[in-house]
Amino acid sequence: MSNTPIVEHCGVAAPLLQANIDTDVIIPSREMKLVSKEGLGEGLFANWRYTLPGGREPNPDFLLNRQEYRDTSILLCGNNFGCGSSREHAVWALREYGIRVIIAPSFGAIFYNNCINNGLLPIALDEADTKHIADCCEADPQNLKPAINLKEQWVRSPDGKTYTFSIEVAAKHMLMNGLDQIGLSLQNADYIEAFEETDRRARSWAYLSPTKDNDLRSANGL
Amino acid sequence: MHTGSKLGMAKNLLDKLLDSHTVKVMDEDHRMIYIDRIFLHERTGSIALKSLAASKRSVQRPEQVFCTMDHIVDTHPGRGDSTQMPSGHLFIEATRRSAAEAGIRLFDIGDADQGIAHVVSAEQGIALPGLTTVCPDSHTCTLGGLGALAWGIGSTEAEHALATKTLVLKKAKAMRVHFNGALAAGVTAKDMILHLISQYGANGGAGYAVEFCGQAVTDLSIEARMTLCNMAVEFSAVTGFVAPDDKTIDYVKGRPFAPSGQAWDQAVSHWQTLQSDPGAVFDQEIHINASDIEPSVSWGTNPQQSAGIGQCVPSPAHLDNPDTRAAVEKAQTYMDLRPGQKLDSIRIDAAFIGSCTNSRISDLRAAAAMLKGKKIADGIAAVCVPGSSKVKQQAESEGLHQIFIDAGFEWRESGCSMCFYAGGETFGPGKRVISSTNRNFEGRQGPGVKTHIASPLTVVASALTGKITDPREYL
Ligand code: SF4
Repeated sequence: MSNTPIVEHCGVAAPLLQANIDTDVIIPSREMKLVSKEGLGEGLFANWRYTLPGGREPNPDFLLNRQEYRDTSILLCGNNFGCGSSREHAVWALREYGIRVIIAPSFGAIFYNNCINNGLLPIALDEADTKHIADCCEADPQNLKPAINLKEQWVRSPDGKTYTFSIEVAAKHMLMNGLDQIGLSLQNADYIEAFEETDRRARSWAYLSPTKDNDLRSANGL
Repeated sequence: MHTGSKLGMAKNLLDKLLDSHTVKVMDEDHRMIYIDRIFLHERTGSIALKSLAASKRSVQRPEQVFCTMDHIVDTHPGRGDSTQMPSGHLFIEATRRSAAEAGIRLFDIGDADQGIAHVVSAEQGIALPGLTTVCPDSHTCTLGGLGALAWGIGSTEAEHALATKTLVLKKAKAMRVHFNGALAAGVTAKDMILHLISQYGANGGAGYAVEFCGQAVTDLSIEARMTLCNMAVEFSAVTGFVAPDDKTIDYVKGRPFAPSGQAWDQAVSHWQTLQSDPGAVFDQEIHINASDIEPSVSWGTNPQQSAGIGQCVPSPAHLDNPDTRAAVEKAQTYMDLRPGQKLDSIRIDAAFIGSCTNSRISDLRAAAAMLKGKKIADGIAAVCVPGSSKVKQQAESEGLHQIFIDAGFEWRESGCSMCFYAGGETFGPGKRVISSTNRNFEGRQGPGVKTHIASPLTVVASALTGKITDPREYL
């Protein structure tokens, strides 16, 4: 397990309804210089969020910088959100910023999978429904919040209107249990061990010896 | 990747490689596959290792994991940790720390065995016939030349492989490409793969794992087979490979990480079973007459936009599909070429020999044989970057470096160098480069750089005359 499980969620929702917001917009490449997944939250939407490229002075016009959208954890988006380059940094940045759920009519395919793998719930709803939820929250985002129930697969708009959504069984399992793909695979640890045990006999030549590894550690100066 | 073979049926090589590594069948389309070797490099390896540590997971079998410094290291003589790319040293330092923490053998700067991941992997006997081998770099398929099932992965998949020793793979279709007959003199593995891609499209292999076979493939040296497989990914294939044979076994024997003694005998008997069975079924088969292949060179901005060196820049006018036509026009604008222009009349500014495609010792020997006693044309910038420090050392012991230097080439330390711009080094905006690399995308070798990919022989012949030149003129 390495993600925070998500079963139910209720939070501030910010509308970014324009279509085709790509991963370069979500995080520009110059914000990806770090050698880790952490520290990317600051670069989220950098081109929109700050007044100057590479700068850190908040652009007061950008939605997420406004008081009423503090602690946003839900994004309401347009068609094809997360299209473009496959950079997983986009999802890491969203996650670190605190986004848990993204509702959009459609998603970039790789981005969608990256969301699932990183504990972010992508929900596909019709454009009109997404817009309806956005309209309902707009007057007072801090208090008019959508509620999401992944277990029962529905989203409730603050006006009480409820929409069901679909999600693959495996993806739902991962999100509800906070599993990433590694966690999911490690549930098959028995199979992996059983394979290795048989295989070590059949293909002993394919296994390098850990003794040699120790030599290598010393070669590395350890 | 599997083709759904049934027990008792004739199996193709892909079936055999997958069946012997299947940990669990997940569903009709997916299998969990055991991973034998993982190779990391400083550009993405440190991210994978750090993120693994951050999620409190560990590298399961560090003895099967290796790491090199190749993508962003400087290749100038006397190099240290600082790179041509700003802040590149951060990647280098982070990789060094992460590799030490994880107990992984690192081929560091200054190590006699350092080099480009795929060159080192073969040279050290890390990748072997029949082994599943992955690396977060798309050209990992190079190792298919040994008969390994090798493919490039993303950094998250690398984490998965490190933490679980497996990857979950989607079914790939099986393709076989036959190169029948023999190649003409001066025609190389690089020309074979450029020919295939130009004829069958840069998407021709999408969804397939490709087995290369036929007399022309059997005749290739193991290093040349690696060149052929290197660009399987430019054909959009999941990977490419050649069934191992006696040549492969000779190549592998005695390499530092290759098996020895009893394990060696066991390995050899296994490798001898690694061929497609007679009557094995493929989802697609392509037949190419090897003697039809000319030295080839790219004129556009993807490897499909290539042609025999005697031909002309094609006219987009006759193309029916408006998108294809627009793409060709755009490529020709970027490349500053006109339809009808003869390829062997195009003047160049620079020449590059290097990359995991063509930087092994046989490439350097062939190039040096052609260069010997000659000088490159005035005004041409030329650089040779050996694929590994071992290759460099071998070349120097044979005096090849002196031939390159005397001819006017720069002689460098090993690394990816100008194969791609992320290293921060370029011949300069607008320069036209003939290059032994694998990608001619816009900006691949730096902003505005116009790349023509070709074999090392064609690179040398062109450097000698200052224009794209048929290497057969120098044979
Ligand atoms: S030489 Fe080029 S293609 Fe090969 S590993 Fe390096 S960057 Fe990738």
